[in-house]
Amino acid sequence: MKISSRQITPEKIYKNRRKFIKQLGLTSSVFYFAPELFGTANASNKLTEYKYITTYNNYYEFGTGKNHPVERSQNFITDPWSVTIDGEVEKKITLSMDDMKKMFPAEERIYRLRCVEGWSMVIPWLGFPLNKLLKKANPTSKAKFVRFESILDPEQMIGQRYPILDWPYKEGLRIDEAMHPLTIMVTGLYGKELPNQNGSPIRLMVPWKYGFKSAKAIVRISFVEKMPTTSWMKASPREYGFYSNVNPNVDHPRWSQATERVIGEGIMSPRIPTLMYNGYEEEVAYLYKDMDLRKYY
Amino acid sequence: MLRYSKIFVFLLCLWPLCSIIYQIFYNKLGAEPVDKIINHFGEWTLILIFLTLSMSPLKKITNSTIWIKYRRMLGLFVFFYASIHLLSYVGLDYRFDFQPIVNDVLKKKFVFVGFAAWLLLIPLAITSSNQMMRILKNNWKKIHRLIYVIAIFGVLHFIWLSKTIFFKPLVFLVILIILLLFRVNLKKSDNKI
Repeated sequence: MKISSRQITPEKIYKNRRKFIKQLGLTSSVFYFAPELFGTANASNKLTEYKYITTYNNYYEFGTGKNHPVERSQNFITDPWSVTIDGEVEKKITLSMDDMKKMFPAEERIYRLRCVEGWSMVIPWLGFPLNKLLKKANPTSKAKFVRFESILDPEQMIGQRYPILDWPYKEGLRIDEAMHPLTIMVTGLYGKELPNQNGSPIRLMVPWKYGFKSAKAIVRISFVEKMPTTSWMKASPREYGFYSNVNPNVDHPRWSQATERVIGEGIMSPRIPTLMYNGYEEEVAYLYKDMDLRKYY
Repeated sequence: MLRYSKIFVFLLCLWPLCSIIYQIFYNKLGAEPVDKIINHFGEWTLILIFLTLSMSPLKKITNSTIWIKYRRMLGLFVFFYASIHLLSYVGLDYRFDFQPIVNDVLKKKFVFVGFAAWLLLIPLAITSSNQMMRILKNNWKKIHRLIYVIAIFGVLHFIWLSKTIFFKPLVFLVILIILLLFRVNLKKSDNKI
């Protein structure tokens, strides 16, 4: 379901943002958001403040602390940058950031981001549907999954000098998940360029899955026949499955996923219930029809 | 002299509490304040456990019994911070909503060991007075060996709550192992004598 962000954003901020986006020359904007948000008074869809979105990050390439990405990524070089699409395709292609920005105009998408650790933010992303990009590559009939690979650069990324995860960061989606209109490639947030700590210059955003599925600083997208093994699956297959859909009824083996803490709400605000598919049930539930979600976590 | 140094150590042990009150008051806790408060008290509980466990090795190393005089106070601060840690989890994070808490304690091993460690601290706190030492005689020592179990549970609690293998819990594990190895060595040398 599509709703205007006017319903969930304070008027003043909304107007300012419209103005800002117009100045950037961005026209068509589509707003998707889970409309129905349970009875709890504090469970508003208020946008998370920019300062929290850009200072509280999980980006282990720069270290495991939430403050590490903002502190250690400011000199990270993101220009020039290009993304290669290969694997089961008719013709391998490589597109520069400029190419992609020209080909796929940015739209604003306000999504809730739910981290597997049990917290959430509401973020106004700028980006374009991944399916537009994928269609450029003409996948063959063998292609069943899409594999994402982030940059490998231990010189610039201090976290990659340690075996915290299997570097470079690898993620994956089933092809229908990748082609879903809610799945986007992100190039900005709050009407601005994407900050380095948020995965600049280009990252994935799959709003109905836990945050770690949305890989940052992507350099390679491959169509593959078999389900790819992601970095988190390799780190702990029992805890981090391939699907990793937000699901309040299936706990992480070591902690509950029934509720979440809203970032930036202060010490007196309570946890809110976590929603099935992070609130995007209506849009995505059909993808997992007849699947045992306990088995395919 | 000892009295003053004890007061000094007491005030020093209140530092973690003061620093968090300051941070709450001046809004310096960042994006996830409740999480930060809980983690802060949890970490200081572990640090105080380590300090408590350092006193008898220090006694051996320095050949001075002065260290033992601080041990009870440090141990009681362990109980103090562990209780605030638990209270902030139950009260601030879960608003005294006991159903999910009971669920966590029973089903989630990191919550279970943490809660068990806190329960085991209670008899130690109750039997910490001189009078109880006299009443319990040799049993007192046996009861207070529970601190080793508590320390192990505490570090497991920290390791199991992390998303993957993190640096800080590993550092805590190494410190714990070193402190426990001292015990093994102490006993061995005792046997030789």
